[in-house]
Amino acid sequence: MIEIHNVHKAFGSLKVIRGVDLEIKKGEVLCLIGASGSGKSTLLQCVNGLEPIQQGEIQVDGISVHAKDTNLNKLRQKLGIVFQQYNAFPHLTALENVALAPRVVKRISKAEARALASKHLKHVGLGDKEDVFPSRLSGGQQQRLAIARALAMEPSYMLFDEVTSALDPELVGEVLDTLRMLKSEGMTMVVVTHDIVFARETGDRIAFFKDGRICEVGEAWQVVNAPREEHTRQFLKRVLA
Amino acid sequence: MARLQTGLNVMQFVLPYSGLQWSDLPFMLEGAWRTIMLTIMAGSLGTLLGVIVGWLRETFVSFRIGLIPFIDVIRSVPLIIQFILVNSFQSILGLQFDPFWIGVVTLSIYMAVLTSELVRAGLQSVRPELSRAGRSLGMSYWQGFLHIRAPLAIRTALPGWIGALIALTKDTALVSVIGYIELLRAAQVLINRSNEALLILAGVGLFYFVICYPVSLYARRLERRLAI
Amino acid sequence: MFDYTFLWPLVWAEWPQLLAGARVTLEITILSMAVATVAAFPLALARRAGKGLSCQAATIWVEAARNTPCLVQIYMVYFGLGALGLHIGSYFAVLGAITFNNTGYLAEMFRGGLNAVAPQQFNAGRSLGLTAFQTYKNIIFPQVFRIVYFPFVNQITWAMLNSSLGMIIGLRELTGATQMAQSVSFRTFEFFVVAAGLYYAIAKSVQILARVVAWRAFRRA
Ligand SMILES: Nc1ncnc2c1ncn2[C@@H]1O[C@H](COP(=O)(O)OP(=O)(O)O)[C@@H](O)[C@H]1O
Ligand SMILES: [Mg+2]
Repeated sequence: MIEIHNVHKAFGSLKVIRGVDLEIKKGEVLCLIGASGSGKSTLLQCVNGLEPIQQGEIQVDGISVHAKDTNLNKLRQKLGIVFQQYNAFPHLTALENVALAPRVVKRISKAEARALASKHLKHVGLGDKEDVFPSRLSGGQQQRLAIARALAMEPSYMLFDEVTSALDPELVGEVLDTLRMLKSEGMTMVVVTHDIVFARETGDRIAFFKDGRICEVGEAWQVVNAPREEHTRQFLKRVLA
Repeated sequence: MARLQTGLNVMQFVLPYSGLQWSDLPFMLEGAWRTIMLTIMAGSLGTLLGVIVGWLRETFVSFRIGLIPFIDVIRSVPLIIQFILVNSFQSILGLQFDPFWIGVVTLSIYMAVLTSELVRAGLQSVRPELSRAGRSLGMSYWQGFLHIRAPLAIRTALPGWIGALIALTKDTALVSVIGYIELLRAAQVLINRSNEALLILAGVGLFYFVICYPVSLYARRLERRLAI
Repeated sequence: MFDYTFLWPLVWAEWPQLLAGARVTLEITILSMAVATVAAFPLALARRAGKGLSCQAATIWVEAARNTPCLVQIYMVYFGLGALGLHIGSYFAVLGAITFNNTGYLAEMFRGGLNAVAPQQFNAGRSLGLTAFQTYKNIIFPQVFRIVYFPFVNQITWAMLNSSLGMIIGLRELTGATQMAQSVSFRTFEFFVVAAGLYYAIAKSVQILARVVAWRAFRRA
């Protein structure tokens, strides 16, 4: 379980997260929606411990992310994160991209790491691209590579930050299919997305983010079809128009 | 051929010891002036030659291939040796040019090689679609070159050319080897006489720095601006 | 008009001297590059920090190395330190000055390489659970290495060319040794043509070797 309690976060004087409370239960898919700049990416980075927070607490399976004595490198193995820009490692083949972290972080043998990587590449449909360098992959393939890379650490949670926003429209489907597949396998996921239709159909719950706060959170169909808050209604009208 | 010898011997001549005096200043300024003159002469001659050679290399396969060994050699043989070779070769031919002109000729060739590389790279960086667009508007080869290729190539080549000019400024210091009394050589004469090595060298270093540093800052700024 | 006969046998008689000079040239080139490579990394990192005392010191080093003639740098070490009572031989003066010079250029090269790696690569590594050190070692540096590889090889040639300045303070590297060798016969031209050929051969060998290594190391796109 991921528990976010009253989290505040600022970049200098710019307050980006202003008191967020949120719980993500095991096996749940939570979609985060909200305007650009409302702090969604920042929140994911805080959950992953990539960004420090000024107030509040985030716990992952009961471990406090920002506590001084927390081993972040170990904790991050529980939390896979995939970014909008694919961030593939350009100097490594697809297989090496996926095998790197298991090898150097988990210290499994090279052969085991390659076998593991091979398995995860197949899983996301890149079984035939093992020896290809990222520069030769399409955006959708690179994004699936990034997903396989995160999955290879066998995380308990996956965080997705607008993973289809940088893709050409015809490539969006293959990545969303991968996310649906993960849901069907029972993966716990937090998905930041602008795709309301995807959020309604794949998300268990939707949280609407506004100005660094959760404006509304509820069952996916409810938030989309019968929003309680006026802000949510306006936002949905704008993006669905 | 004996010129180099006299050149090196001059370096050893020792005046009776005395401290630095204000009357030494004109001597140093004369040296500084000669350094600047060398840079200006070799810089303009070399650039002119380099632009022509760069265009020839980019345009004609025969020049591109034929000049490879020459350019390779100029770039991988120390300038000192190039000065010495040009100097001794003129003695072989029985000529007696002033060391200033030997310096200008050698540095110009060196500058021309650097410039021609930049010009070539600049011309190559212009996408062929653009020159074709020019041709499709009915421009002749030279009109297209003048109005489209050249301006775009200059944008690419300019920061590198400024860098080459800085390198040239610093390399003028080597003309001292064939006996020309430019700034560094003048400094050396004074060091031998006055034993004020640190002070004099700091002054000389500062002279080069004051010329080169602002120019290199400008080149870097230009590069960043043109990159956008 | 041309009554000069080239006397090449005179040069071959002094061949061992030239080779001994070439050896010193190679030695100075390799040593100065090795030391400069190690020294340039902290300088590059200090410059990247963008502020603080170490950044200012690094900036002064880099700009002084790049904006004054290498010969002035050599004089500074040889005569300048001598004036402070610190007398060092021409070998170490040249080695020291060229290392100083190389370090300035390499630091800028490394800084540019680090800047050229997308900043998100660091977070991508950290988010997989790699430590900062592991991220640098496995993700950032291999990419920097590729970016700076050919400029680095060029710098080797520059170091070699700069070492020829040793002649002026009496060091018998290739140029200095040639200068000594020709002083018996005054066949300046012949001797220095051969020296030029040796420099060319060294520079070409370095470049070809570098290409072979690159071809094997970066077999990839
Ligand atoms: N590293 C940073 N430094 C300073 N400001 C930042 C940084 N990252 C994000 N911000 C600012 O925080 C705000 C929220 O950004 P972000 O979390 O990326 O929003 P979202 O993902 O919802 O579009 C924006 O105003 C953005 O400019
Ligand atoms: Mg975002």
